Amino acid sequence: MGRIVLDKVNKSFDGVEVIPPLDLTIEDGEFTVFVGPSGCGKSTLLRLIAGLEDVTGGQIHIDGKDATQLAPAKRKLAMVFQSYALYPHMTVRNNISFPLRMAKLDRDEINNKVMAAADVLNLTDYLERRPGLLSGGQRQRVAIGRAIVREPEAFLFDEPLSNLDAALRVEMRLEIGELHKRLATTMVYVTHDQVEAMTMADRIVVLKAGNIEQVGTPLELYSKPKNTFVAGFIGSPSMNLLEGPEAAKFGAKTIGIRPEHLSISDKEGVWSGIIGVSEHLGSDTFFHVKCELFPEPITVRASGEVNLHYGEKVFLTPNQKHLHQFAEDGRRIP
Amino acid sequence: MARSNSMQLKMLTTVAAWSIGLMIFFPILWTILTSFKTEAQAIASPPIFLNFDWTLENYQVVQERSNYMRFLWNSVFITGGSTLLGVLIGVPAAWSMAFVPSKRTKDILLWMLSTKMLPAVGVLYPLYLIFIELGVLDTRLGLIVVLMLINLPIIVWMLYTYFKEIPGEILEAARMDGATLKAEIFYVLMPMAIPGIASTILLNVILAWNEAFWTLNLTAAKAAPLTAFIASYSSPEGLFYAKLSAASTMAIAPILILGWFSQKQLVRGLTFGAVK
Repeated sequence: MGRIVLDKVNKSFDGVEVIPPLDLTIEDGEFTVFVGPSGCGKSTLLRLIAGLEDVTGGQIHIDGKDATQLAPAKRKLAMVFQSYALYPHMTVRNNISFPLRMAKLDRDEINNKVMAAADVLNLTDYLERRPGLLSGGQRQRVAIGRAIVREPEAFLFDEPLSNLDAALRVEMRLEIGELHKRLATTMVYVTHDQVEAMTMADRIVVLKAGNIEQVGTPLELYSKPKNTFVAGFIGSPSMNLLEGPEAAKFGAKTIGIRPEHLSISDKEGVWSGIIGVSEHLGSDTFFHVKCELFPEPITVRASGEVNLHYGEKVFLTPNQKHLHQFAEDGRRIP
Repeated sequence: MARSNSMQLKMLTTVAAWSIGLMIFFPILWTILTSFKTEAQAIASPPIFLNFDWTLENYQVVQERSNYMRFLWNSVFITGGSTLLGVLIGVPAAWSMAFVPSKRTKDILLWMLSTKMLPAVGVLYPLYLIFIELGVLDTRLGLIVVLMLINLPIIVWMLYTYFKEIPGEILEAARMDGATLKAEIFYVLMPMAIPGIASTILLNVILAWNEAFWTLNLTAAKAAPLTAFIASYSSPEGLFYAKLSAASTMAIAPILILGWFSQKQLVRGLTFGAVK
């Protein structure tokens, strides 16, 4: 089945190493998300798995077989691209049936599979249209339809939702999640959006400059980030990373505390500060508080509406249980 | 105020465009008019514009003296053959340059273009000898190959520009979907590039049809196309303007008609990408 093993895979472009040798195993049926800032090599890694780029060294095993030198078409993987990459001159029906026609299936079988996929994706009414006449969400569904008809070993998604507006993104996120539950096929999903990573993944691979910073379930990454990079990258708004004498008190170079693990009060607390900008979301309020002890403002979450205003003096108290300590080299102190 | 200004500007550009257009078209118009004059009227001074005795005599003489259809057929054959061959070679070449470029791709493109800067006469002698050696002098096959080669840089350049406009991800999607290279080019790339390929073919047809250097120098009788047909009327026996004009009109008529019907496509094709 769709177990993907990367063994010392590395990639250089014109002698510049973008991915240093890297090992990773993606288990069959798992929803794995590659996440990281732009330029971290996550898309390149996905393209190496797809076979759209050749590896410089190392091996890729798909379903127990060495696929390192196989052409993309022979790897039994389906890919959904950021730009959807639909064939503009073909109808939706022909777009979805393209991989089946390339596999030379017979006409009835192709028709049945296309109808089944269109049904699942609510595209039945649009089969005779060209992609140019569809909305962004519909196009994305056609791209997914083209991927699922092949019944691949694994799906590869390259930032598939980044061209959609916010509301549609949430909707498609759920649809893809549901698709994964139903098909139980391996999915590898690339995104720079850590919210997408957190909500969809079984396992998240955090990448930075081609290196794997941490692999783990969303909650592992949230509660036990291995280093300051993961700590700052996962979670929204991001974790407050604080340095200086106050951190030294905890025996660390840097301490990390998430906005939701700080309490705010106008009467008493550990750190005092002045309220700067506040963001009201209704369900939550985020305060950016300037403390004398730290150069950077600290983000604090308060549940619901709190009657505190710009310029007021407040006190912050970190929840010791959720305080993260990091050493000089940025690694977590256990 | 602003409105009348823009009106004036529009009128001015319209007048300018028409004058330039007429200026460019005038020699062709004059040739066509002359072809209906008698030889005496054709060289009359001051020139006669429209007020002459219209006659078809020149066409009749030209028709009797030389076999127009044979020249026409040679032109069609050579133009069609060289264009087809050029596109067959140009599509894969442009595909590789646009989608799997190497470090040298830009250099190769420039080098190909630079061959167009070489004066053709510089290679006439060696090419002539090669043609004799290969036994293709005065054959359609020989001309097809030569015209294909001299127009190939333009074909590759044009196709390359159009292919560059096609997002590479779509071709990658085809590859992921199991398309072979042939299927990728035939089912995905070419249909998307049809406007570009069409205008490339059109331009190449015009260039090949009008090509006069090689068609005149490498043919004698058997493979001679319409360019040779015209040339045969500027003869040492003396100048016969009216008959020369009739021959010219007959030679350019097919391409003129083709150009007229495809001008929209041609303009769209040549400005593709530039005005998007």
